[in-house]
Amino acid sequence: MIKGTVLINSETCKGCELCIVACPQGSLSLSQKINLRGYRYVELSQDNCTGCTNCAIVCPDAAITVYRQSKQQYKKAV
Amino acid sequence: MPTQKSEIRLMKGNEALAEAAIRAGLDAYFGYPITPQSEVLEYLTEQIPKRHGLVLQAESEVASINMVYGAAGAGARVMTSSSSPGISLMQEGISYIAAAELPCLIVNVVRGGPGLGTIQPSQGDYFQATKGGGHGDYRLIVLAPASVQEMCDFVFDAFKLAEKYRTPAMILSDGALGQMMEKVEFPEEGSLPHQVPTWATTGKKGRERNFITSLHIEPEKMEMINLHLQEKYKEIEKNEVRYETFNIDDAEIVLVAFGLPARICQKAMELARDKGIKVGLVRPITLFPFPKKILSDISKKVNNFLVIELNAGQMVEDVMLAANGRCPVHFKGRMGGMIIQPEDILEEIEKIVEQPIMQE
Amino acid sequence: MQQEILLDGMECVYQKPATLTDDYLHYCPGCGHAVAHKILMEVVQEMDIQEDIVGVAPVGCSVFAYNYMNIDMQEAAHGRASAVATGIKRVLPEKYVFSYQGDGDLAAIGTAETIHTVNRGENILIVFINNGIYGMTGGQMAPTSLLGQKTSTSPYGRDVEHNGYPLKITDLVAQLPGAYYVTRQAVHTPNTVRKFKKAVKNAFEYQKLKKGTCFIEVVSNCPSGWKITPKETIQYLEEKMFPFYPLGDLKVPGQSKN
Repeated sequence: MIKGTVLINSETCKGCELCIVACPQGSLSLSQKINLRGYRYVELSQDNCTGCTNCAIVCPDAAITVYRQSKQQYKKAV
Repeated sequence: MPTQKSEIRLMKGNEALAEAAIRAGLDAYFGYPITPQSEVLEYLTEQIPKRHGLVLQAESEVASINMVYGAAGAGARVMTSSSSPGISLMQEGISYIAAAELPCLIVNVVRGGPGLGTIQPSQGDYFQATKGGGHGDYRLIVLAPASVQEMCDFVFDAFKLAEKYRTPAMILSDGALGQMMEKVEFPEEGSLPHQVPTWATTGKKGRERNFITSLHIEPEKMEMINLHLQEKYKEIEKNEVRYETFNIDDAEIVLVAFGLPARICQKAMELARDKGIKVGLVRPITLFPFPKKILSDISKKVNNFLVIELNAGQMVEDVMLAANGRCPVHFKGRMGGMIIQPEDILEEIEKIVEQPIMQE
Repeated sequence: MQQEILLDGMECVYQKPATLTDDYLHYCPGCGHAVAHKILMEVVQEMDIQEDIVGVAPVGCSVFAYNYMNIDMQEAAHGRASAVATGIKRVLPEKYVFSYQGDGDLAAIGTAETIHTVNRGENILIVFINNGIYGMTGGQMAPTSLLGQKTSTSPYGRDVEHNGYPLKITDLVAQLPGAYYVTRQAVHTPNTVRKFKKAVKNAFEYQKLKKGTCFIEVVSNCPSGWKITPKETIQYLEEKMFPFYPLGDLKVPGQSKN
């Protein structure tokens, strides 16, 4: 499986959870912490992200940046 | 594109205005038919395809004025025209245009109201034109022509002023001026160059983005915008007042009239002078900015003002403010599309002169 | 930072488009408007048309669209965005022009402008966000509110006897010969967002052809107005909205014109 990860801007995240629904891996969850605007924000809670970008695509606040292994890296790893 | 040389023609006021707009370098016209100004749209739809610019018949006056907003915001020299009920429909858009500081020309060929009223000439839209018309604190620069020649000339003046101050300008004409034919001398085309302003939304190539809005949700900001607008209107009042005077120096009674009634007043003035009554005339050309100072100065010297309008008495309030109690201000008007006659004015003058001067 | 170490050697495959400003979006959590903004700006970035586009914002929740889209924009009076866009496009025919309007703006107060803009075949894109409610003013009934839908001005549910039917204006628009491309999309799942993005791309490509108006309805959500959570809006969309407003193309180029 290609490895990926996400960076979530906890200050622009409003905790709508649409990304949690969109994530096929169940990698995301709502944090217990709250940001400056008073929202509980989403964080990466499992180490099984594939970098599919589904979460970022549905994120209304453009709060998610997605990274993924390059194909070369993936081949090397395999 | 061959440019038109200066020439003299016999033309309807509405057509002269339309021809002047093309010669003034009009980029776009958006309008909707309404009597008595449809000739503007008709003339432009006939001429513009052969010359330059764009003309579009919109689905309503509401759409027209918002097309004007869009095109003016995109940096074009743009205008619309209509008559009273249509101008009423445009008021929201005009308020937005004034607030967003977009230059454009709006022509009102006024007809008798209220309501659907009549298609005959009137000056019943004076308040609407000079006091704001739409919502909020704003003003239009208002020019009132009294001849077909001025229907032409004021198009140039209105574009110049609108662009100088980034504000909508209005030509407040009437149904008679729009329909009547007179000799008119057109200037050569190209006398009014136009550059796309730096604030226009033309695509943000090579600069920060521009946006045009009248929305400022923070009251602090909105007050600043209002103060800025008021500052601008003060500047306009300082620089752009225009009026004409006739026989003021020895006058005991001074007529005040704008537009076509000012010409009728000239005749009345002659009739009165023939009878030995010293009558003068002030004709405000800009209704905003209103020629307060000259009226104020005259009010110190004369016994009476007589304001003549084709309405129930609208400009008379501004004359009263200018006179500020220094001399009596009388009013005579006709409404509903009726035009006042010189003899009616003379009769009114004689009535006033015969009255004993009230002493406090 | 721990995450930076994890990123080592990975490539960025998705980030906020540079065509969006850094302003904090005022939209409620989970609002479809914000997704639509982002996707529009992604397409603008990918097509490299940021310097050649002028947008028109409406009155409604997206009244501040110009704060977020880093392009030239104008803010129109309520319902008049397509008239304003007409004015812009007519004097700048070589630029890309779009209006962005909600259901109240486009399908109630601005119905005349909408129909006539499309009927003239103005070469613009109209993006129509339909969430079946007036969001900005606090959740009142919209022309597109569903029958039975409870809003602050239909507290007992929209009653057909009293309020009439929800207006399928996109179906109406698709009947007009001036319409070149009419489609109904959504933005609530990764797949629907991808389809919406394709539709936006199509529309801007078509705009170059000058063959008529492109019209994209987005059946969107309003968690605050519907008084449910953003997650619950997914179910509401699929069970209530899409049966009445089915997703898909209503008119595509090449199809027989009416």
